[in-house]
Amino acid sequence: MTVGSHYGYWAMMTLMIIGLYILIARGNLIKKLVGLSIFQTSVYLLYIAPGKLIGGTAPIIAEKFGIYSNPLPHVLILTAIVVGVATIALGLALVVRIYEAYGSIEEDEIIEKDSGLER
Amino acid sequence: MTIVVTLAITLQRNLFAVVVMSGIYSFLMATALVVLDAVDVAMTEAAVGAGVSTVLLLGAIHLTQGNETRPLRKPLLPLVVALGVGAALIYGTLGLPAFSDPQAPIHVHVAPHYIEQAMAETGVPNVVTAVLASYRGYDTLGETIVVFTAGIGVIALLRRRRRRE
Amino acid sequence: MRSHLILRVVAKLLIPFMLLFALYVQFHGDFGPGGGFQAGVIFAAAIILYGLIYGLPAARLMVPDLVVESMIAGGVLLYAGVGLAGIALGGNFLDYSVLAADPVQGQHRGILLVEFGVLITVAGVMLKIFYVFAGRGKGIDET
Repeated sequence: MTVGSHYGYWAMMTLMIIGLYILIARGNLIKKLVGLSIFQTSVYLLYIAPGKLIGGTAPIIAEKFGIYSNPLPHVLILTAIVVGVATIALGLALVVRIYEAYGSIEEDEIIEKDSGLER
Repeated sequence: MTIVVTLAITLQRNLFAVVVMSGIYSFLMATALVVLDAVDVAMTEAAVGAGVSTVLLLGAIHLTQGNETRPLRKPLLPLVVALGVGAALIYGTLGLPAFSDPQAPIHVHVAPHYIEQAMAETGVPNVVTAVLASYRGYDTLGETIVVFTAGIGVIALLRRRRRRE
Repeated sequence: MRSHLILRVVAKLLIPFMLLFALYVQFHGDFGPGGGFQAGVIFAAAIILYGLIYGLPAARLMVPDLVVESMIAGGVLLYAGVGLAGIALGGNFLDYSVLAADPVQGQHRGILLVEFGVLITVAGVMLKIFYVFAGRGKGIDET
């Protein structure tokens, strides 16, 4: 098990950590959604990187090439990208409605207003 | 590099700058994907991440408050949680096979069958399209339905104009 | 004023090429990178550019709401219809080999139709989301 060639994975883990931190630490709702999209994109890299063969080429069959990279992760991630943009679009629609109902998109102010309304 | 861009997104307050930097991040991701030989995925990520997603975020910023977030009390617990998750993930990668090893498990089961048989069975040289539309056609049907549902959801949430008194 | 003129001229030059490129990516998805999703997003981006430069009412005139909504539903129906045609002609659901006399030709036909269905749905959804977001802002300005 050569660990030395794993530094690529560690860079992806760093991106994932940063995305996760933006998602749970920042209070602004739009920034949370941007953090979610950063997290998703780093996961795409994580899936596609093990499929690459050094010296191979893109999985489009032509006569000149012998070795192809693995096409299965590409298919899964293609689906995942489109589902990700659908999530972001729906999340942004919700943020617009929350803004119209509460007047702010900061999480702290929304929670205050909510507990103020309940009393 | 991408890590610099994401750190800048974390610390930046102005939301417009955050959206522009997320577009830059998507383009850098698309470049990294081309280096990893995933050309279909790179084209989709560039079109979707830096195109449509940026337009939608800008539209949302226009509809909600423009510009700023607030300074926060010290977020110590989220930082610890994020670093803990990262440490667990890095510990997990120690069990992965070496990078680009042809004998790794993902290269020996179904993938050689797809690469060898796609031309003979479907007549389509692009193996990704053949797998997406023919071998795994069910998944693509499900994905189209997910996109359809997202469209309906946005229409249901935002269709009527706000009626102001 | 002058900067608006530059934007309008450049948009007029670019939009036909963008639509053509979307069709190219769609139909050459078999031989190179591409396919239904990319083509749908590029097609929607061309019309969104038109809407950004010339205003939302002009874009609504060119691609009306009814057309967009029927695009959203029509793509899914086309995909499911190809699947059901597989059942009607004697195979399984989404079996393309029975769609033509030669199985490989049937696969070709099935893949083309299915990718076209995906293109229509994705383009319709992206365009409709843009219309809804931009149309909402207009409502705020008019009251």
